[in-house]
Amino acid sequence: MSHFQPELRQRAEELVALYPRSRSAMLPLLHLAQEQDGYLSEAGIEEVASLTGTTSADVRGTASFYDMFHLEPVGKYVVGVCTNIACLLAGGEEFLEHASSTLGCAVGATSDDGLFTLEETECLADCDKAPCVQVNHRYVRTTTPESFDALVGELRAGAHDADIPSHGTLIRVKRSGGLRASHDEIREQRASSSAARAKRAEGTS
Amino acid sequence: MTDVIKTTVTLNVNGRAIEVKPGELLIEAAEQAGEYIPRFCYHPRMEPVGMCRMCLVEVDGPRGATLQPACYIHVSDGMNVTTNSEKVKKAQDGVLEFLLANHPLDCPVCDKGGECPLQDQTLTHGSGETRFIEEKRHFVKPIEIGALVLLDRERCIQCARCTRFSDEVAGDTEIAFAGRGDLIEVAPSPTKPFDSVFSGNTVQICPVGALTAKPYRFSARPWDLEQVESTCTTCAVGCRVAVQSSGNRLTRILGVDSDPVNHGWLCDKGRFSLDSIDGNEESRDVLSAATRIGQPMVRVDGVLKETTWDEALAAAATIIQNAMRSSNGVGAVGGASLTNEGAFAWERLVRGVLASEHLDAQFGDGLDPVLLQALPKATIDEATNATTVVTLTGDVREELPVLFLRLRENIVRGRTALVEFGFGPSALRSLARVSLAVRPGEAHVAARAIAERSDAPKGAVFTNEELDDARGLIGESGEGVVFVVGRPNLVEDSSVLDEAVRRFADRYPDAKFLVALRRSNVMGALDMGLAPRLRPGRGVDVGASGRDTLAQLAALRAGEQKALIVLGGCLLGNVADVVGAKAALENADVIAVTGHGGATLAYASVVLPAAVQHERRGTVTNIEGRVTAVTPKIVAPGSAWPDVAIAAELAESLGQSIGLTSVEQAAKAIEETTGYPALSVMNDDVHDGVVVGRDDASSLRHALDPMAFPGIRSTETVGLASYTGTTTMERPTSSGVTTGASLRDLGALPEIAVGIADAYSLTLYASRHLYDRGVAMQGSPALHPFIPTSALALHHVDLDRLGVASGTVVTVTGARGSILLPVVLDDRVTRGSASVVIGTLSASGENPLDVLFDPTHVISQVRLETR
Amino acid sequence: MATLDAPRIVSSRAELADSYTLSRYLETGGYEGLRKALTMFPEAVAAEVDTASLLGRGGAGFPAGRKWSMLRKSPVSYLVVNGDESEPATFKDHFLVERDPHQLVEGVIIAAYALQVAQAFIYIRGEFALGLERVQQAVNDAYAHGALGSKIFGSDFSLDIVVHPGAGAYICGEETALIEGLEGKRGFPRIKPPFFPAVTGLYGEPTVVNNVETMSNLPWIINNGGAAFAALGVGKSTGTRLFALAGRVKNPGVYEIEMVKNTFRDIIFDPRLGGGIIDDRALKAFIPGGVSAPWFGPDMLDLALGQDEVGAQGSMLGSGSIVVLDETSCPVRAAWRITKFFSRESCGQCTPCREGSGWIERAMYRLEHGGGREEDLALVLDLCDNIAPGLSWPPQQTTICVLGSSIPSSVHSAIQMFRDDFIAHVEHGGCPHD
Ligand SMILES: Cc1cc2nc3c(=O)[nH]c(=O)nc-3n(C[C@H](O)[C@H](O)[C@H](O)COP(=O)(O)O)c2cc1C
Ligand code: SF4
Ligand code: FES
Repeated sequence: MSHFQPELRQRAEELVALYPRSRSAMLPLLHLAQEQDGYLSEAGIEEVASLTGTTSADVRGTASFYDMFHLEPVGKYVVGVCTNIACLLAGGEEFLEHASSTLGCAVGATSDDGLFTLEETECLADCDKAPCVQVNHRYVRTTTPESFDALVGELRAGAHDADIPSHGTLIRVKRSGGLRASHDEIREQRASSSAARAKRAEGTS
Repeated sequence: MTDVIKTTVTLNVNGRAIEVKPGELLIEAAEQAGEYIPRFCYHPRMEPVGMCRMCLVEVDGPRGATLQPACYIHVSDGMNVTTNSEKVKKAQDGVLEFLLANHPLDCPVCDKGGECPLQDQTLTHGSGETRFIEEKRHFVKPIEIGALVLLDRERCIQCARCTRFSDEVAGDTEIAFAGRGDLIEVAPSPTKPFDSVFSGNTVQICPVGALTAKPYRFSARPWDLEQVESTCTTCAVGCRVAVQSSGNRLTRILGVDSDPVNHGWLCDKGRFSLDSIDGNEESRDVLSAATRIGQPMVRVDGVLKETTWDEALAAAATIIQNAMRSSNGVGAVGGASLTNEGAFAWERLVRGVLASEHLDAQFGDGLDPVLLQALPKATIDEATNATTVVTLTGDVREELPVLFLRLRENIVRGRTALVEFGFGPSALRSLARVSLAVRPGEAHVAARAIAERSDAPKGAVFTNEELDDARGLIGESGEGVVFVVGRPNLVEDSSVLDEAVRRFADRYPDAKFLVALRRSNVMGALDMGLAPRLRPGRGVDVGASGRDTLAQLAALRAGEQKALIVLGGCLLGNVADVVGAKAALENADVIAVTGHGGATLAYASVVLPAAVQHERRGTVTNIEGRVTAVTPKIVAPGSAWPDVAIAAELAESLGQSIGLTSVEQAAKAIEETTGYPALSVMNDDVHDGVVVGRDDASSLRHALDPMAFPGIRSTETVGLASYTGTTTMERPTSSGVTTGASLRDLGALPEIAVGIADAYSLTLYASRHLYDRGVAMQGSPALHPFIPTSALALHHVDLDRLGVASGTVVTVTGARGSILLPVVLDDRVTRGSASVVIGTLSASGENPLDVLFDPTHVISQVRLETR
Repeated sequence: MATLDAPRIVSSRAELADSYTLSRYLETGGYEGLRKALTMFPEAVAAEVDTASLLGRGGAGFPAGRKWSMLRKSPVSYLVVNGDESEPATFKDHFLVERDPHQLVEGVIIAAYALQVAQAFIYIRGEFALGLERVQQAVNDAYAHGALGSKIFGSDFSLDIVVHPGAGAYICGEETALIEGLEGKRGFPRIKPPFFPAVTGLYGEPTVVNNVETMSNLPWIINNGGAAFAALGVGKSTGTRLFALAGRVKNPGVYEIEMVKNTFRDIIFDPRLGGGIIDDRALKAFIPGGVSAPWFGPDMLDLALGQDEVGAQGSMLGSGSIVVLDETSCPVRAAWRITKFFSRESCGQCTPCREGSGWIERAMYRLEHGGGREEDLALVLDLCDNIAPGLSWPPQQTTICVLGSSIPSSVHSAIQMFRDDFIAHVEHGGCPHD
């Protein structure tokens, strides 16, 4: 029995097929598992292990290397505030403190209503709009305490449900088209096109 | 083509030219030249990772001298290396200081204290004063990551030795790094504990006290320990070990790096079953395998009573003399737990003094002894390096764990192809290029199909394509191929495997065979002649005939044999047909020679206490025919004697002599009368033993790497001053001329009537599990909880066909009755068969084989009914 | 005044609202470079790139043409594009993947053709959710348009591109760690030698790893010729470059300007670019090429924005990010925060990086927040020396990758340039700026 819901399971299998080796699908699969469960549940980890031909110890170990994966449940909105150099110079630390009091949860914790998890992030590569804030990895570009508070109000009211999906980094990243060439095909194609080029080269010289 | 292949390269280390093999790692090359480079993560038996950075040295390159990890750099001609400059020293001291920054200062309470490479490095190199005034990293104190292993994350130095072992060597990746940066920690699966059968190795190779073994934790301090080097005889791989004791108490076993055998690895059963030897003093129940037998006993009024050796020997002599009044009245079974010297002495006693041909070290679960001796033998190295390995045996990881690790090495690297006869669950399955799903009673058919290029029989699960692939990998003559042969299914008649093996031996003259029999020194016992037709020194007496174990049991039941000497008390714990064996014992006068209690003793009239492993000296022979020494570390309890002495004294009590009074004398006699290595091995501490019949295969001992083998700085091998006593005795032999065994001695292949599998039934497959109900497990509180209860494993196709869900309890009916057993899904079980682990008991304490095994047929069939 | 007459090579479309769509891309000359490349021999395409002297834009500044020529000939090889941009204050790849994903995809196809690889991977930083969507959409569009997939534009060249999401780990920007991430593993950098990607890269096969901006230059180079690119800039530093300007300036942002022709003063103060310091305060220091780079003081403002020019002064142009500190900025806090970043992002393999970064971070924290001692300065510098012996530039290493040897840059710069600030912190028992 698959822990993934059918549509996700199908996407997962397509992802595995994209790569020359199934283990390569590890990170996208973990994103999918998190999309479904909100975090990496034990069952999600087991499923990824079986899809990638690895063990659950290995999957958990790999996932925990990466900051975006949560091994414990998190809030519906993961709010990330950057305090790295550019944001620091723009008052990022103070901004983070403000966010903490608005959301009513400590940095690294989840609010009592389960709505928000607050994270102090490293540079989010949006430094011209410092301090930089992301909600579920969507840039929200609220650089003042007031605009942040307004955003929180909107989030609570569900006003952003369409543009800030919960936990689904890859939710709108769907591949269409494509070819997956086997090494043999590549080798053949390589040989035939270099032969064709040699011919052309002869013709031109 | 004119390239001269260089056999050495010259490099410059600290201004000195040294010559080494090309491709060698700098850290090894430098060490050979006497420059020891400090290290933590490097382990000579695993791929280097260059992580700890302790081994930094200066290597000249295009950009001048740069700091490079010596464990990761391969030597090249003209390489210029400095290991002692100020820059190197500062870098190494810096690494050490960084390692210590967050390391707790709990050496006095740490298991590793006193034998810790980090502690040692700090004492020799460290500044003695810490500049680290910050708060140390803190983790919750030791967590139990498995039933045998504890992890203290604060002490971990992130060298990845344990995780690499798990992934690279054991292949089960049950632990892995989690987290990142200075929060990196070793972690098991979120759902499964770390219970690999190899878990103890991670403790041994941990360079600090981060991983500790629960059975050993706090039991001793390293400086109280004394150690000897010996051979583990828990199974027949023959791993070399350092046996440590504190006083007369065994405390710990560590793997010693024997290049041809175990590479330093051990399985947890070998490592953690010490308590079965000296950990159960309070246990008195002679029927319990946990009980050590220290005093001779004689049955008086139906009860075993402790007595003196004289009285016990006299009682034994009386039994034997009575039995000898009728011809073929006495025989002996067992002997795999003896040393070669013990086996040699008992062989002399049974054949020479008792004039009986009825003796057998196998318990009906092995192969034809003459066939075994006639096969061209492979060493473990040869199997590891074969182009193709063909397995016809049970699950190697469960039966001969360290052989599994060795076989895995090159199969994983793609250098060796594996063809597996897939009888049932097997840990090698995922690595096999071809896995033939062979059902009980089919092995010889599959072998014939390969050897004779015929098609798969109708109804077989294996296919013609698979047979073709297998043939392709075996080749025409079997050159470079090693067959690993044992007894997978213990409820199938031995003739099936015998025939399969003979087919291959006949068809592929260049192939070699590695015998996968698992019971401790069974190979040595056979080599000493403890089987019908065999003679000491791997001889065979073509004309002789005698009863093997099953035949003796039958003869006892029929009243044709009167007395039975059981060498090792475990007969009932080892035969598949316990019901039949009990009936035989009931009808017999039984003399048990044993170091442990057990169910068999319920039938014994006389019990003679024997010293067991780690209590006696001698030699043993492993599966590849390698003879190594075993060395006593502690004194046997009570008045238990070594086997040579018991055999000799029993002969005296019978008014005769076997001409041997000591182990040394026996060893000398073996060597002098048969040429089989014995005394010379006991006296040799430079070689990794000797392979019988192969002078070339003797390899020099590796220097022990203090980092790779914590705790073993120098292993004192207790050798012998050359023995000069006399060994002459004309040994009374039976008829015939002794020669080496050959396949021609085997006669025509017998017809095997497997019978037709009943469409409503499943054929029974009885496999072995490492954690069985044997003496080692029952006597070890640490391992005891691992003994499984019985279940019947089925392929999902059969579950679906029968409409039973995994986990349901069903009534299973066999030849002798019915039993309630849970059914579990296991797709490694061959379709059409049902798999049960031998020696397990059901939830209500019954042995399923008592009702399911049908000893009168080649295969056993069972039926399932849901309640 | 800045010299701004060079063409906009990679940011020409960026201001358009629909810059990321296929239709806009096609209207503005999209995929013409690819069509042209497909009429050329692959070697000729590579030769144009070599002529252009296109320096890698990911940080190390290695010429792309040279890198390609080092690809070991092998039946199977891969192209991997590095879009993991996580170097603090660097945000130009973010800009490119969101604003002009088709330009990137076209560049990747051109490179793949020149290298004759059949499969390419674009590794996009996981936190770029929108960027991932846009690049995947561009790839999907390219397939539909015939610019990707089997027999591209009717030629005999076929290519598959997989968009691979990262998941939050700075170290995966390092090319061998990125390959590990692509193989589904923990992002542990591999040791070079032997793991030079061009020899033993993805799946052990020869692999070229190039940065997003590097790839984005290719359509223009093929359309206009390598020589036209090389005509821009001076010496080794040719073409234009995206600079990400951040910190205490009035107009932070991404600016494409010609290499070498402009100076740090130009980009920071020109009203069309940075526009000067906020509130017209005094500049205290600036970090010229990402936080791995040693800092510069105001005396370096007239240094030209060129790779060798900056290198000669003991720092690097690196990832093209410039962070400005003004007189209100605390250098101790800045250096502490940067060390905290390295400590959080160290992969954890190497002892000096794993333990050293944490130790230095804690000492710097004390210095900034109270509890600092004067002797901590020498201690911290000695710890830095144990990570990067000699504290010289370019740094020597005791570690596997250069993340380790980047740790000392900021700390060393801050202590060297602003010792007085440190002493003031010690004496004040914390940050006097607070
Ligand atoms: C710690 C570290 C982080 C790096 N991060 C990035 C990055 O985010 N993006 C990038 O393109 N290159 C990064 N690099 C450089 C890459 O290793 C590699 O040199 C580059 O991707 C090659 O592309 P290029 O030649 O086109 O510049 C990083 C290097 C190191 C050591
Ligand atoms: S230097 Fe740091 S980031 Fe780089 S490999 Fe070593 S520990 Fe990892
Ligand atoms: S880096 Fe060489 S021993 Fe650890």
